[in-house]
Amino acid sequence: MTAAISADGIRQRYGDVQAVDGVSFTVEAGEFYGILGPNGAGKTTTMEILEGVRKPDEGRVELLGMNPWPRNPKLLPRIGVQFQASAFFRKLTARETIRTFASFYGVGPKRADAMLERVGLGDKAESLTEKMSGGQAQRLSIACALAHDPELVFLDEPTTGLDPQSRRNLWDLLRDINAEGRTVVLTTHYLDEAEVLCDRVSIMDHGKILHTGAPAALIRELDDTVRISIASGQLPLDRARELLTAAGADIANLEDDTVSLSVSTRLPAPVLSVLAEQNALRGLEVRGATLEDVFLQLTGREFRA
Amino acid sequence: MTPTTSTEPKVPAQRGGRAGAAGERERVSAFWSLSRAMLLGMKRDRTATFFILLFPLVFLVFFGTVTQGSGSPHAKVAQVGAVKLFDSMQGDARNGLNEVLTITRTDDEAATLEKVRKGDFDAMIEQGPDGKVELRYSAADTVRAGALQGILNSVVQSANQAATGQPPAYVLDSQQVEDKSLKPIQFLTPGLLGWAVATGAVFGAALTLVNWRKTKVLRRLRLAPISAGTVVSSRVVVSLLTALLQSAVFLVVATSFFGLKLTGDWWLVIPLVICATLAFMSIGLLAGSVAKTEEAANGISQVIVLPMSFLSGSFFPLDDAPGWLKAISEVMPLHYLVKSAQSVLTRGGGVMDALPTMGGLLLFAAVLTAVAWKLFKWEDD
Ligand SMILES: Nc1ncnc2c1ncn2[C@@H]1O[C@H](COP(=O)(O)OP(=O)(O)O)[C@@H](O)[C@H]1O
Ligand SMILES: [Mg+2]
Repeated sequence: MTAAISADGIRQRYGDVQAVDGVSFTVEAGEFYGILGPNGAGKTTTMEILEGVRKPDEGRVELLGMNPWPRNPKLLPRIGVQFQASAFFRKLTARETIRTFASFYGVGPKRADAMLERVGLGDKAESLTEKMSGGQAQRLSIACALAHDPELVFLDEPTTGLDPQSRRNLWDLLRDINAEGRTVVLTTHYLDEAEVLCDRVSIMDHGKILHTGAPAALIRELDDTVRISIASGQLPLDRARELLTAAGADIANLEDDTVSLSVSTRLPAPVLSVLAEQNALRGLEVRGATLEDVFLQLTGREFRA
Repeated sequence: MTPTTSTEPKVPAQRGGRAGAAGERERVSAFWSLSRAMLLGMKRDRTATFFILLFPLVFLVFFGTVTQGSGSPHAKVAQVGAVKLFDSMQGDARNGLNEVLTITRTDDEAATLEKVRKGDFDAMIEQGPDGKVELRYSAADTVRAGALQGILNSVVQSANQAATGQPPAYVLDSQQVEDKSLKPIQFLTPGLLGWAVATGAVFGAALTLVNWRKTKVLRRLRLAPISAGTVVSSRVVVSLLTALLQSAVFLVVATSFFGLKLTGDWWLVIPLVICATLAFMSIGLLAGSVAKTEEAANGISQVIVLPMSFLSGSFFPLDDAPGWLKAISEVMPLHYLVKSAQSVLTRGGGVMDALPTMGGLLLFAAVLTAVAWKLFKWEDD
């Protein structure tokens, strides 16, 4: 069985910027695959190359065993691409919009309307798209991508700019889409989103994929790093470093962001005892590693969306 | 089910013939739904409706009303010396002419010319020894000047016809003289109609293209399994419907309220407008292919349409313009549309007046579309 996607050594340059710098990966059919990276990492450019709307400077892409570039009409009905929310015809209602796009695929109005219901826009069917909220427009955009029942769905930061409730609703929808057997490729700059949704995630920065794996496995690979934090102002950072080093603690990271002082370590016991000795336990929190720590370890810097 | 920790393999669902038999019945043509989407959007866009339909109409009403006064009977014409053409007119023909013109006889050519310059007379007319009738008029009132030219032309033509010895139908002709020349609406309508059609088609194509590229609707279309031909032809159909609607509204308003009299083969304006719309759309496509923003597309279109309208005699006749201006106007498609539309709408022109123009317009459209095709970009980069 051919992979849903295989990308091999793709590169794309814009002037001085090497936006995508030798990216290779495969996505199996039915997988929920994520590309996680901060803004400017090259996620959108990578997606555009996969979708076949941009020709890479170098490298090879196959979708469902076919080359997406140049425009391949055989492939098009089998893929669905979610667009930025404004990519609608002007002055049309939600219903008219999805019916129009559906008709391009030979999909009739009944199915289009059903898809509108499915994303929870049934009561917004008569609203002009210009008058819809960000979350509604985003759901309409996804509905338009799904109306023709594609096997392979591309979603580029679908939840960016949504309020927490809308995000959660959209997550439910995306899980369902994937559970129905569709392969989903999602980009995000939200760590929690990648963690919650993706079967496998690639961490991307400066146009390169740094690491790929199941979110849980990536975190486990950090050798059970634990992040311990207390409220700021109980212990100066320098003093903390001194004491922790003296106590023989193995510190992966130590920082004070003026709200809390945090220590990442594989051996929590000495750290905790130092903090207890100093009577600096106010606001104490101990949690396991997250994707954020994975990113930190891979790049040596904080993850900033 | 929690996808994060799920270990059970997800089996791709079997999906058969996508839409199925019911879907087959529901299947709607991408072409029509795309056309419909554009038409609906345009109908709901008040600004677009205003600029495409009402704004040109405002011009028509404005010019029509203003010139109804100035183009009314009794333009004052000074006749220097003998003008056989007028002097020999008698009976109904002469009465008809008198309704239109007040002819004053003078002898001093230089003094009379000065009076024309000052506006005491609208024009001066004299006849050279070779029989050539000369009309000298002030350019101050172009509308009236045009009307006068029309009158004189008709009189000369009638006289020529009479001179051939053919059955004269002279009374009928003089009636036509009056209708044709009295009302500036007769040459305003084709001119303004041409301008309106050009504006609608150029701006429509240019702005649609740039807007679609910018909002990524163009990318959506590219990713859908429809052909470029479907997209282009539905946009063409929308522009054609717009242009034909403009023409219908124009002709109805001009005939009902401003006394426009259509001549025999006026329906030829329909194929003319269709060919012209294709030509103007190709200009718009070109503008939309090079422009990155809607503002730029708007600017480029404006810079093309406005001078083209002035140079094509949309607003006033160009007969008096210097030769180099006329030469420029002769590469402009609007010039030919206006000329042929005038001919078939109000001057009794026939198929042979329209056909060459239609051919030229289609050729123009083909060449520019080919250039636009070369410059066309799906995406900004
Ligand atoms: N059309 C473009 N022209 C020039 N530079 C671009 C263009 N698109 C993206 N870039 C640059 O390429 C890099 C990657 O961008 P992008 O793929 O959009 O990243 P992401 O989606 O992860 O934010 C960024 O530095 C961005 O500024
Ligand atoms: Mg992006």
